[in-house]
Amino acid sequence: MRKSTFHKAHLMRYLYSMTLHVGTNGLKTEKAFVQVRSATVRFAGDSGDGMQLAGTQFADIASLTGTVVRTLPDFPSEVRAPTGSLGGVSGFQISFGDQDVRTPGDTPFVLIAMNPAALKVNLPDLQPGGIIIADEDEFTPDNLAKAGYSSNPLSGSELSAFRVIPVAMTRLNEEAVSPHQLPPREAVRCRNFFALGLTLWLYDQPLQPMLEWLMEKFRTKPALMAANGASVRAGHNFADTAELFRVQHTVARARLPRGRYRRVTGNEAAALGLIAAARRAGRTLVYASYPITPASEILHELSKHKEYDVRTLQTEDEIAACVAAIGASFTGAIGATGTSGPGLSLKAEALGLAVMTELPLVCIDVQRAGPSTGMPTKTEQADLHMAMYGRHGESPLVVLAAATPADCFSMAFEAVRLAITYMTPVIMLSDSFLSSSAEPWRVVAPDELPDLRSIERPARQEFAPYRRDPVTLARPWVVPGTPGREHRIGGLEKADVTGSVSYDGDNHQRMVELRAQKIEGISRDIPAAQVEGASEGDLLVIGWGSTYGAIAAAVDETVRAGRHVGHLHLRYLNPFPANVGSILSKYARVLVPENNRGQLRSMLRDRFLVDAVGLSKVEGRPFRIREIEEGIETMLGEQT
Amino acid sequence: MKVVQSGSCTEDGPETILPVLTKQDFKSTQEVKWCPGCGGFGILSEVQSVLPRLGIPREKIVFVSGIGCSSRFPYYLDTYGFHGIHGRAPAIAMGVKCARPDLSVWVVTGDGDGLSIGTNHLIHCMRRNLDLNILLFNNQIYGLTKGQYSPTSEFGKKTKSSPLGSIEQPINPIVIALAANATFVARTVAADLKHLRMVLEAGARHKGTSFIEIRQDCRVFNDDALESFSDKSIRKEHWVYLEEGKPIRFGKDENKGILMRGMQPEVVIVGEKGVRAEDLLIHDGRDDSIAQALCVAGLPRPAFPTALGIFRQVEKPTYEDLLMGQIDSAITRNGPGDLPKLLNEGTTWTVD
Repeated sequence: MRKSTFHKAHLMRYLYSMTLHVGTNGLKTEKAFVQVRSATVRFAGDSGDGMQLAGTQFADIASLTGTVVRTLPDFPSEVRAPTGSLGGVSGFQISFGDQDVRTPGDTPFVLIAMNPAALKVNLPDLQPGGIIIADEDEFTPDNLAKAGYSSNPLSGSELSAFRVIPVAMTRLNEEAVSPHQLPPREAVRCRNFFALGLTLWLYDQPLQPMLEWLMEKFRTKPALMAANGASVRAGHNFADTAELFRVQHTVARARLPRGRYRRVTGNEAAALGLIAAARRAGRTLVYASYPITPASEILHELSKHKEYDVRTLQTEDEIAACVAAIGASFTGAIGATGTSGPGLSLKAEALGLAVMTELPLVCIDVQRAGPSTGMPTKTEQADLHMAMYGRHGESPLVVLAAATPADCFSMAFEAVRLAITYMTPVIMLSDSFLSSSAEPWRVVAPDELPDLRSIERPARQEFAPYRRDPVTLARPWVVPGTPGREHRIGGLEKADVTGSVSYDGDNHQRMVELRAQKIEGISRDIPAAQVEGASEGDLLVIGWGSTYGAIAAAVDETVRAGRHVGHLHLRYLNPFPANVGSILSKYARVLVPENNRGQLRSMLRDRFLVDAVGLSKVEGRPFRIREIEEGIETMLGEQT
Repeated sequence: MKVVQSGSCTEDGPETILPVLTKQDFKSTQEVKWCPGCGGFGILSEVQSVLPRLGIPREKIVFVSGIGCSSRFPYYLDTYGFHGIHGRAPAIAMGVKCARPDLSVWVVTGDGDGLSIGTNHLIHCMRRNLDLNILLFNNQIYGLTKGQYSPTSEFGKKTKSSPLGSIEQPINPIVIALAANATFVARTVAADLKHLRMVLEAGARHKGTSFIEIRQDCRVFNDDALESFSDKSIRKEHWVYLEEGKPIRFGKDENKGILMRGMQPEVVIVGEKGVRAEDLLIHDGRDDSIAQALCVAGLPRPAFPTALGIFRQVEKPTYEDLLMGQIDSAITRNGPGDLPKLLNEGTTWTVD
């Protein structure tokens, strides 16, 4: 933790000498500042260039200075693509500024390109007039050829729409770290911090938190600490003294609710939500999972927290993960599993078992582009119908969707609450974008969270495995170890109340209806849907999942322009909140942007007979704000 | 059921009042729906006899099963039970055992359930050495689906789905269990209730995964599966009982045995060609190496007899003990989890 280094007197002195060094180095020129509300920066380089680390550090520092920071990494699909190749480019985008920063940014204004491949891959996204900071030392004939350039773009005219700032980063970094006598391989790896130093200067961000972090990180490796510190300072000083940029940019701070904040990715938040819910329920968390991109980080995160009695099981396959979680739930633990699309397909039969046995189960599906193996590292929202309908027989279950990375905490917690209150499996949908994107999260105090212990009700009536609670229709959760209540459950149809095996047709009809009513009744126990923007009018934009930020920003913009447009974002997809129908009736038209071919749209049309129009994007990338705005403009244009 | 002071083994120590359970206490009210004459009845009866002898309260026993005739088993026992989906019982049981290591967990499966659709789970369950008892009812046929060949059906077996004879080589359950490094591996037969009971009790008392293959026939679809066992005039020629530390001997005159010539097993007759009783292979199920157990398990039919008994019984740490050990050491190292601390981890900042 960063805070802790402050207490150490000797570190403090060391730190002081470093910052003094920053302040006195070089001639001070008159600074010119441009104030902006937000900025978007992308670090891009080879997968070995440390772009993720540089990006994360920038994001941490920008957060500490009071801006809202949203980040999105872009990893290469291959584990180790050849150095300098287009396939090996790793990127990290940061959007920061005031509270209207709702997404990691449509198009970067600044691109840091550590080699020609990074430039080539990322150039199409850069804003016209934007800044390219390139490590000119890496634009060698060999690297240019690997990136498919026949001539050096830094010296030609093809980048004339941008401001190109070539910097000899490799050489300057080498000089900066040379006093610390690192092996050459280690020395060159400090280059990302040189780029970071440059960028911190450009956005008038402090170096101090960076230096503190280095001290903590490399406490036992002083040479690395000093070299990385030298590199980041060298980058910062070089930007200052060489007058690389005409102006520095200062970014507006955000107005956020009071509280303590941290940055979380969707996968981190989901893991924390599960632990918090298990704690609030006073139960053991058993998370069984098979490694799959992009869900594995949930397993990794949970595996770190064994002192919370989190039992993680890396099972032999997706099916085993799901049924092991069900077995754990049978004994009274919080049974959870996580996966992505291909794994959800494999879990289908087991989810049906949880529906029939009426046991709590949380299944997190971090969606990726399908079908089949598809594009494993790219985002998509095309598992909604699979979550809703992808089981044989009549097998309704609860479907939730997190809207932002931090919302993964709330929805994972909510998934546990609903699962144990209603004795039902719950699928929580996240996606590749949410899983790795990060945003500020106001840290909740545990007592702000619902107490899930109160769910155990005293038995008012004689025990029977399928005697339902009259309000929730949940069956009792009586677990092995309870004397006198020995009973058997399983996948065969159950007789109402007694839970004995029954092949009786009338009983089956009744049980199918009871299971459906139980899920439908949950709409009384979830928050009413809230509209942002106009509460009635010409157009309602309805979204779910990770499209939240882009839709919210686009609708904000449209409303500011005086149009009557509302935004409804559904976090509960089965059942829908009870007021969705009445909200729909207040707008002339409905637009449903989705990263699929219209799955929520068809659910809305089916349920509400509404002539919803879809806006589909399945390119493996999230919507840009601009794309949603265009969709809205088209709808409004058609109307007039 | 009467309640008495008992010194039986529970976690709470010798002062606990434990009900003395009888076989009757484990009979559920469900009507047993196996076909008349099914070997399942004998297995059920022996399990109901063994359970009260283990000193485990009834509510702490869980039977988990998959799909198939054998997997109806949990319904017939008055313990906690979970009738799962096809092939997945070992994985369900893993979840049960990891969440509640104090429970006595039994898996009931069959040759189709455990060695076809669920082979993966069975193997991984055994290699992890969860403290479970796995009973695999092997009747070498698909009974519930009315008579198709199974993974343990013999080559050439004529069934509804193999009218010209199966063209598949059968899988050997014991070899699979040994290859998965199971710590207790045994084979018994439903038609020998005494041996069945002995093996069941030894398996139940073993800490770690106990894999017990129970040979049975299927009265309707594979009636002759145990013919060589039922016919007492030839039984001793075709079957051999393994006894720990004793020479492997069989034959109606008990004069045949297995002799190793290098790596090659051979059937010999004691007293002929200079073979002495002490030359015979001594059964050693306690060896950490699976080599000899594999050799005995893999003896080809019909040149060699089929072995019954405990092929292997070794001590290794169980999965759930290791799992809980890691949790305990994390608590010792970091203190018991404190939710506010967890939620505030990493770089944080305050907005006033």
